[in-house]
Amino acid sequence: MRTETPDVIEKETNLSLNIDHANIIMVSNLVKKFGELVAVDDISFEVKRGETFAFLGPNGAGKSTTIKMLTTLLHPTSGKIILNGHDPVHDKDGVRKSLGIVFQDPSLDEDLTVLENMQFHAVCYNVRKDIRAKRIEELLKFVELWDRREDMVKTFSGGMKRRLEIARGLLHHPTILFLDEPTLGLDPQTRNHMWSYVKEINKKENMTVFFTTHYMEEADRVADRIAIIDHGKIIATGTSNELKSRTNSETLEDAFLNLTGHKIREEEASSLDRLRRMGQLWRGRRR
Amino acid sequence: MSVIYIMWLRQVKKYFRSRSRIIGSLGQPLLFLLAFGFGFGSIYKRAGAGNYMQFLAPGIVLMSVLFTAIFSGIDLIWDRQFGFLKETMVAPVSRLQIMFGKTLGGATVATVQGIIVFVMTLLVGFRPQNLYMLPAGLMVVFLVALLFTSLGIALASTMEDMQGFQLIINFLVMPTFFLSGALFPLEGAPKALDIVATLDPLTYGVDGLRYSFLYSATTFGMATDFTVLIVLTVALLGVGSYFFERIQA
Repeated sequence: MRTETPDVIEKETNLSLNIDHANIIMVSNLVKKFGELVAVDDISFEVKRGETFAFLGPNGAGKSTTIKMLTTLLHPTSGKIILNGHDPVHDKDGVRKSLGIVFQDPSLDEDLTVLENMQFHAVCYNVRKDIRAKRIEELLKFVELWDRREDMVKTFSGGMKRRLEIARGLLHHPTILFLDEPTLGLDPQTRNHMWSYVKEINKKENMTVFFTTHYMEEADRVADRIAIIDHGKIIATGTSNELKSRTNSETLEDAFLNLTGHKIREEEASSLDRLRRMGQLWRGRRR
Repeated sequence: MSVIYIMWLRQVKKYFRSRSRIIGSLGQPLLFLLAFGFGFGSIYKRAGAGNYMQFLAPGIVLMSVLFTAIFSGIDLIWDRQFGFLKETMVAPVSRLQIMFGKTLGGATVATVQGIIVFVMTLLVGFRPQNLYMLPAGLMVVFLVALLFTSLGIALASTMEDMQGFQLIINFLVMPTFFLSGALFPLEGAPKALDIVATLDPLTYGVDGLRYSFLYSATTFGMATDFTVLIVLTVALLGVGSYFFERIQA
């Protein structure tokens, strides 16, 4: 993936007319309904190739639902998505090959070691055998987990798991990296370390970065462009400065509050959250 | 291919690592062997039916296979709960490969468990009559393992959480075991029970395994046993992959 120039990509997908050199992600009139609830309400936006794009919004605004649709985990109710020339509804594998994802919730196998988690990922994403070991070592050294590579993930703290997930998401050198609140629970050292590495790959390989966060200063510092979503609709897009000047705000945080209001949002616990709590009880009893 | 292998390997590694689980799951078959095997042994003999341990052991081997297989399938719910399922769901590999790898892994684990219990039955006095039929016995065990792992995965794919777990144990796994003829001979059983047993897939497994070990004791014949098991396994693999493909994480 890493050395592909746009021409190579075009050659691979010359049957599809969806290719757009400037925009790697194109979303138009995307809607997702859960019964009566409209989680994502007719949104459209583009992300340019190589851009670092922040997707911001209060809890329950539709961020995660949008990311799930972009990453082939959910079927849109209507609307169109094109990612790296592929459509996540009809060409799931095409999209999946282009993506690296760090989820908001943990997605590691806790009963496997660090190395085993990385190897599993390498096999699934068809990372060539000859570069596999070297790349795993390099990434684990970067997230400072190389010394713990033989340890079970279940012995790790939240921050360590997050670091491992980030290393894993980068293992196959994705064209687009999705980061759903990647820095949640990380200390400032790790957070800075992570962003400088992501930015480095972003520059070196023209990797597009699509991320969500609740830290406004982070979005301000890292993102080239920002979209703000609320109640399922995109209410503003632009650079941080554009958003600030449009709302006459000093900081991005103020701009965000001006756009989305000060009301605190409630998010209902999903059945998955309940299950997770139950699982903790269950596992506690088993061990 | 490599995806099937890595899914299989993951399943097998996790099994051999959880030693406490392996030992724990030997408790139940051991209890059945001791309590039923020795408890009913003398009555069984007095009824002129022969050695009960000989009759019981194949059923107990398959009991442990049944439980391990169903649990390995239902394991999928924990994968979903701890988020690992999402990692596999966004990977550019076919759902079918993931599902087959997991099924094969679960079936392997259940087969190993069956072999351990088989060794245990030897220790409490079970004696297979002909050793050269052991490969056929192993085939039966593996088919039963495959069948019930697929069933477990099919069930887990449609379950949101563990709420339905007790339901499955009490209304599916337990009846499947108790009505399979693992504990008592179906010959001379009331008609209704006989009909239910004929509908129970495990009945054919028990029958086939008993035949492999003891030669004389078969109700349906080996050909029927294998046909039923193979057809059902293929069907359940189909059902399992259908539901698995529809999971939206």
